[in-house]
Amino acid sequence: MQLLNSATPPLAPSSDTFLLRLYVAGQTPKCVRAFENLKRICEEHLAGRYHIEMVDLLQNPQLARGDQIFAVPTLVRRLPEPIKKIIGDLSNTERVLVGLDLRPARRPSA
Amino acid sequence: MSFQQELAKSPTGIRGLDEVTNGGLPRGRPTLVCGGPGSGKTLFAASFLLNGIAQFDEPGVLMTFEETSEELASDLASLGYDLAKFSAEGRLVVDYVRVERSEIEETGEYDLEGLFVRLEHAIHSVGAKRIVLDTIESLFAGLSNPGILRAELRRLFRWLKDKGLTAVLTGERGEGALTRQGLEEYVSDAVILLDHRVQEQVSTRRLRIVKYRGSHHGTNEYPFLIDRDGLSVLPVTSLGLSHPALKERVSTGVAQLDEMFSGAGYYRGSTVLLSGTAGTGKTSLAAHFVDAACRRGERCLYFLFEESPQQLVRNMRSIGIDLQVWLDRGLLQFQADRPSRFGLETHLAAMQRAVRDFNPMVTVTDPITNLLTVGTQSDVRSMLTRIIDYLKMQTITGLFTSLTPGSREFEATDAVISSLMDTWIVLSTHEENRKRRRWLSVLKSRGMFHSNSVREYMLTDHGLRLLDDEPELRGKAVAGVR
Repeated sequence: MQLLNSATPPLAPSSDTFLLRLYVAGQTPKCVRAFENLKRICEEHLAGRYHIEMVDLLQNPQLARGDQIFAVPTLVRRLPEPIKKIIGDLSNTERVLVGLDLRPARRPSA
Repeated sequence: MSFQQELAKSPTGIRGLDEVTNGGLPRGRPTLVCGGPGSGKTLFAASFLLNGIAQFDEPGVLMTFEETSEELASDLASLGYDLAKFSAEGRLVVDYVRVERSEIEETGEYDLEGLFVRLEHAIHSVGAKRIVLDTIESLFAGLSNPGILRAELRRLFRWLKDKGLTAVLTGERGEGALTRQGLEEYVSDAVILLDHRVQEQVSTRRLRIVKYRGSHHGTNEYPFLIDRDGLSVLPVTSLGLSHPALKERVSTGVAQLDEMFSGAGYYRGSTVLLSGTAGTGKTSLAAHFVDAACRRGERCLYFLFEESPQQLVRNMRSIGIDLQVWLDRGLLQFQADRPSRFGLETHLAAMQRAVRDFNPMVTVTDPITNLLTVGTQSDVRSMLTRIIDYLKMQTITGLFTSLTPGSREFEATDAVISSLMDTWIVLSTHEENRKRRRWLSVLKSRGMFHSNSVREYMLTDHGLRLLDDEPELRGKAVAGVR
């Protein structure tokens, strides 16, 4: 698999490493925002144990199928398993943390 | 008949549909196909796409949201489509888009560019001309922001149009609307509605063209079939009275009976009704006709609504008619169905299809009255008119038997049916000196001189025999008009 660019330096995988992949389509404001939000959240909550890969679907359209991407931006938590997906510009930190299983869901009666 | 310059069309290859739409779906535009669960939407869309590949050299992309590629492939394999082969040949891409709400968290703004990228990639990789999205509405179930979805769908349809793709989108039938999410608002070019009704345990599938901008189309509901050969639509608009009238005659199969029709039998391409009470030998007379036709080397299609083919072959052997020979030679084909299995329209559809496939010179429908059990009198009349028109257009001679329940009176149903027939032969029995005697008469035969006598006949091991001699025909004959 060809990665466009690794947004953060590679880490030696360990049990608590978060391997995150952010799918974008070009440098749209939404996509830029999503990356910035993600970077911030990771620094705040996962400092030292995360790795972000960026995939630009405009350059690697064939990669959309494998991770079942249809919306952009989509964040995929590849590790730890199970795989999780969060779509949107990640502007709601609380929901991102829930989506990444970093915080228990606090939804009314759900 | 020439129509004004119409839109360019993409033929669907679905039998009947291209006739009804004057050539197919609007080329380079999206068509919405909607219907309830099990109405055949996916099959419709897939047929359009796969026929495009197989028959019209137009590669295609099938994006499915509901079934995985494997499920779809196995469903369509049973109808004779080999998806793997098309894919291997680089003429088809099947892309399953999995939208599962429980696996997705949403936060903030997004768009469906991922879907566009996937489509673009698939379209580009095979040079697609046709595309199917089945069912795009699934996105609404998987994502929580309908505002974004609507804006993106609008963009998607625009995009498909700009690319000049002929698209079929399927949509689930909604309450009081064609589709649940109102997709019809976005697709302004053509909308087709599929319907699957079960009434009194009889299932009927119908197709209706709700909208077809800039094109002539039939506004009727058309019955359609889904069977081992896929989907076929039956154009049932009346063909009118322009069918050819042949002068050629065909033997009834009983020489003495031919005598009663000025010595030559029925007109080819005409319709013949044999009516009578139970046990009068209607089927025997029909079998004579079939036997004679097969001897001339003509193909016969025999619709059975009462007996099984085996039973009929056995029974006819007892009067010296061997139909098995013709079955073996492929000249005779039986089509046996329980009347109650389908609605009238489906029967009509199945009959037309069988005629189309077998291409017979002669058909027998035995007995037509059994179909009455699944429809009202006016339904039956309208259906008969259609099947008769259909047969006449192709100069197929159609023989129909009708069971008269009463002893001597002609039933109302006979009157309904007989007015559509060119020739009407009535068979009857009555007891005399503890013996059952059978009588035959020709009530009418349009356009020819025919006997007006009532003739006694017997069913022997050499077939049906008229007993007394026909009195000298000429002079006593009557014109065949009632």
